[in-house]
Amino acid sequence: MRQVTERPESSSEPRAAESAAGAQKPPAAEPADGRVMGPGTAPAVEGVKAPAAAPDSKPVFAVERLTVSYAGRPAVREVSFGIEERRITALIGASGCGKSTFIRTLNRMNDLIPSASVEGSVRYHGQDLYAPDVDPVQVRKRIGMVFQKPNPFPKSIYDNVAFGPRVLGMKGEMDEMVERALRRGALWDEVKDRLKQNAFGMSGGQQQRLCIARALATDPDVILMDEPASALDPISTGRIEDLMFELKDRVSIVIVTHNMQQAARVSDMTAFFTVVVDDTGHRHGEVVEYDETEKVFTNPADERTEAYVTGRVG
Amino acid sequence: MEAASIAAAGGPRPNLTRGRTPRSVGENIIKALLFLAALISIATTIGIVVSLLAETVEFFSQVGIFEYLLGTKWSPLAGGDQKSFGVLPLISGTLYLTALGLVVAVPLGLGSAIYLAEYASPRARRIIKPVLELLAGIPTIVLGYFALTFITPVLLQGIFGIEVKIFNALSAGLALGVLILPVVATLADDSLRAVPSSLREGAFGLGASKPQVVLRVVFPAALSGIVAGLVLAASRAIGETVVVLVAGGANANLGIDPRESFQNMAAFIAQTARGDIAAQSVEFLTIFAVGTTLFVMTLILNAISIRFVRRFQQVYE
Repeated sequence: MRQVTERPESSSEPRAAESAAGAQKPPAAEPADGRVMGPGTAPAVEGVKAPAAAPDSKPVFAVERLTVSYAGRPAVREVSFGIEERRITALIGASGCGKSTFIRTLNRMNDLIPSASVEGSVRYHGQDLYAPDVDPVQVRKRIGMVFQKPNPFPKSIYDNVAFGPRVLGMKGEMDEMVERALRRGALWDEVKDRLKQNAFGMSGGQQQRLCIARALATDPDVILMDEPASALDPISTGRIEDLMFELKDRVSIVIVTHNMQQAARVSDMTAFFTVVVDDTGHRHGEVVEYDETEKVFTNPADERTEAYVTGRVG
Repeated sequence: MEAASIAAAGGPRPNLTRGRTPRSVGENIIKALLFLAALISIATTIGIVVSLLAETVEFFSQVGIFEYLLGTKWSPLAGGDQKSFGVLPLISGTLYLTALGLVVAVPLGLGSAIYLAEYASPRARRIIKPVLELLAGIPTIVLGYFALTFITPVLLQGIFGIEVKIFNALSAGLALGVLILPVVATLADDSLRAVPSSLREGAFGLGASKPQVVLRVVFPAALSGIVAGLVLAASRAIGETVVVLVAGGANANLGIDPRESFQNMAAFIAQTARGDIAAQSVEFLTIFAVGTTLFVMTLILNAISIRFVRRFQQVYE
């Protein structure tokens, strides 16, 4: 807010700012400390029918025998698959099958729940996210998250977007960073004249795009979306889906969705989760099938997947 | 089954009319009692204001309003030429003692609220919160004598070696701080906890560290509630009588030396009211004039706080 009034000249050259942004290199794919693992860390296929990744894409996440428990009771069990770089991966399945729990392990959001515990491994560009020396704050700098309900901060639109760069101490012109993020979030034209207004005055769809722009401002490598459009009308949903297509050449996107059409429309890969009841009557989630979206929806390998995607179950 | 089909076919109509049943009579009695309760509290408020104003008007018929509001010497009980009705020393003393109390209570109260709401384990919280609330239950007279017999001689004169008078503002201010600390802490704690966890998650999701989440997102989001708590605490300190009467002394002081004796408005009223003065004398009427002043000050403070809260309040769905 303050920066806008101090340097009005920077917003008078939006085109220049954008082309500068476009010329920038996408965020580094490797972890900063250079601990890049070899191809030996490719996604494991143990236990689940996960296909080999397409030859032209690298895994950004390799999840191996991941079990997440709340207070000792597993919520999702033995998940193993790889999430590919620069693609949109959809996680589908009925409520309570652990999709949200799973996606929150990818940027260590579950750390915020004291009773949550994680077994197995999640490798991010080869690096174990749950190694003892890994700082969850550093993880979340690279792996942004957008939540089910838009959660803008009670601040101005400008301050919402500037929050990430400020807390991370990013160098550079704040006005430019904010404008670039808002343009990438397809929101700039709608809000450029009211950057100082409170974000709560925006519509729900705009708020959600603001949350996406806010996540983009820190130049993340991955964006996790937990049902980002479930509270939005079809037009706002369409805008968010368009936005995901535009973003995918630079960031990897993982999206949880209850909307089958949405998963079929936007995603390249789809993982189907289901609820399994074990011998003691306890329910937990498991991954049934993980494959190219087209295959999951047209020719699924597992009959449970077929029942779900054709709407016979769930 | 058979009865239902008869009714549906247009048999005997069910009786739906309103009748005088024992239940409806009971409801009316309860309604009347509740209305009476509301009426009595309103009538009491009006009664207090009217009696306060009547005596205040009488006071200002004997003492000029500007002499009262702008005078810098307050000695209404003195004899002859020494009599003076400048209320400024009492107002300044009241604000000064309140400020001292806030200096103690704001950092301690906000600090403990942030700890309780954001950092404390459920177990620590279960222990600390009730203790804090217990502090609020200590009678102010106990706190006053605690200031007079411990804070002044042991803490200030003994440990810190400050040359304070027996009755002094510093001791009274510290005790006022302890008095309003639970108000600041519990209300700030409540407001911090009312901030939706989705905001915390959003900030964590952007790579913010815990202190950044707390200070840059949660605290500002809770600000309206925190300020409302501070104003309530300040009103409490402004109107506090016993602590100041016991530990602060009886000197209407316009200065700012905390080692000196100070008096606030409420303590003046208490001291004068139990003294030997004739009803309807000008000394007697000062009680009401000071009471009205105190009332107006608290009213203004509350009005400011309501405006502030409305302006900064965020409505979360």
